[in-house]
Amino acid sequence: MAQTISEKILSQHAGKPVKAGDIVIVRVDGVMATDATAPFAIKAFRQMSGKKLWDSGRVSLIIDHASPAPNETVANLHKLMRDFAAEMGCRLYDIGEGICHQLMVENAHVKPGDLFLGADSHTPTYGALNAFGIGVGSTDLAATMLTGKTWLKAPKTIKVTLNGAFRKNVGAKDVALFLIKQLGAEGANYQAVEFTGEAVTSMTLASRMALANMSSEMGAKAGLVDPTGLDLWYPFEPTFPDAGADYARELTFDVSALRPQIAKPYSPENVVSIDELKGTKIHYAFIGSCTNTRLEDLHAAAQVLKGKKLTNTRLIIAPASKKVFNDALKDGTIEILSEAGATFITSGCGPCVGSHLGVPGDGEVVITSTNRNFQGRMGNPKAQVFLSSPAVVAASALAGEIVEPE
Amino acid sequence: MTHPTAHVYLVDNLDTDRIIPGKYTKTLELSALASHVLEDLDPEFSKKVQRGDILVAGNNFGCGSSREQAPLALKAAGVSVVVARTFARIFYRNAINIGLPVIEVEHHNIQSGDSISVDLEHGIVTNHTKNETYQAAKMPEQMIDILHAGGLVNYLVEHGDYV
Repeated sequence: MAQTISEKILSQHAGKPVKAGDIVIVRVDGVMATDATAPFAIKAFRQMSGKKLWDSGRVSLIIDHASPAPNETVANLHKLMRDFAAEMGCRLYDIGEGICHQLMVENAHVKPGDLFLGADSHTPTYGALNAFGIGVGSTDLAATMLTGKTWLKAPKTIKVTLNGAFRKNVGAKDVALFLIKQLGAEGANYQAVEFTGEAVTSMTLASRMALANMSSEMGAKAGLVDPTGLDLWYPFEPTFPDAGADYARELTFDVSALRPQIAKPYSPENVVSIDELKGTKIHYAFIGSCTNTRLEDLHAAAQVLKGKKLTNTRLIIAPASKKVFNDALKDGTIEILSEAGATFITSGCGPCVGSHLGVPGDGEVVITSTNRNFQGRMGNPKAQVFLSSPAVVAASALAGEIVEPE
Repeated sequence: MTHPTAHVYLVDNLDTDRIIPGKYTKTLELSALASHVLEDLDPEFSKKVQRGDILVAGNNFGCGSSREQAPLALKAAGVSVVVARTFARIFYRNAINIGLPVIEVEHHNIQSGDSISVDLEHGIVTNHTKNETYQAAKMPEQMIDILHAGGLVNYLVEHGDYV
């Protein structure tokens, strides 16, 4: 039986051949939850009479969504997580260590071929590693913390082939937004997406992560990137689809002529070319989130802002992790961005989830490198949020209006 | 016999941030979640919803975040069932896991204020105001088992493992 990447990884974890549509119980290689989801997962785990984790070495808790704590309620939820991690002997990444998905990849807690459950909707990010990452809620996660297993329906797969080479200042984020528009916010619901083609296999790990991450905004259960060209610092066995595997849909695009893409309020599917939005006044710019604030993203911003001064708007940057921050510190990127006037905040989700650290005011227009622009997403339903690549965010911050980087 | 009242919002892609904004999710207090449910869509919703009422929505209900606070907020506010044309995957699972029944009905004629009853077992929605019935999509067996147990916590307390 010819299999997709999903069917192969799920077969390995079900201990039997799996095809799309099968409902199976699978073993899970690792789980993680954040301060947005771990408290309810801990509560559910206790209610399930959980006394110990199925494998404490495979459980990570990350404080990233409202970090450091903005108020006493959140401070107590963080304390609950620290106490639970100490009691159970699992891993805890405390404030400032970074964004959950970045930490899981950076520290190799998730590896190629793994089936990984994250209590965060952007868990498909691990498809960049050729791993099957699924976003779940707190109770599903608690059940896996207890049993090491979950149940799922093996998804059908949409195959997306991206041919050609990107133009300057166009890349993974732009093509991800373009694909969300093509497929729609529900276009891959209950399905997996496989990304292949030379525009994909030539991508860096960071770009693969941005692409796989945004498959969540198509509703995908997993976004699996062709492992051809995947460059990791440890040895791994890649999982390729079989020739003749059965796909629900096959889409092919040439990216050579793609222009920078921007999602307008209030949906990531509301995407247009930058040309339709040039001149839109911006009050606030943000580079952050699990989508786009890795070293290459900070480099792209620094290239735009080197020797310049931000006078028209405010720019906030939350690096993906402490490691990303330190790497950018060592290579001079932080200095360039700080000299230009950017404000650095704690590595973590920051204003993307609207908890704190940069909520926009009424009527303000925000351009961000994040993944969602739902109404109220950044904490104020009266603000407007536009999504783009980090380079476009930096150039627009400098100009005070939406512009293309030179 | 009086049946639950429908509250209809036939918008598509009603996302988790509009069900419960992220700024309110960092709590374990269900009543705090309930007081803000759907406030950016309809600031009056949490006041007018009565215990047992039914929420009716369009396509891809609950897209976005994995926050279980979204179905928890609806349940705590009194919603007994969500009827939608389709649900986003994570929301659908979360709702069943916490014991909030959800049912996919593609074609219906339900309007706000209609009296509605839902037969989850047979996947039938009855509109008593209009004397109509609507057929729902079939739920995966594993989910029916979890729903029967009253949610995933009870299911695991009962079985100790996935069976």
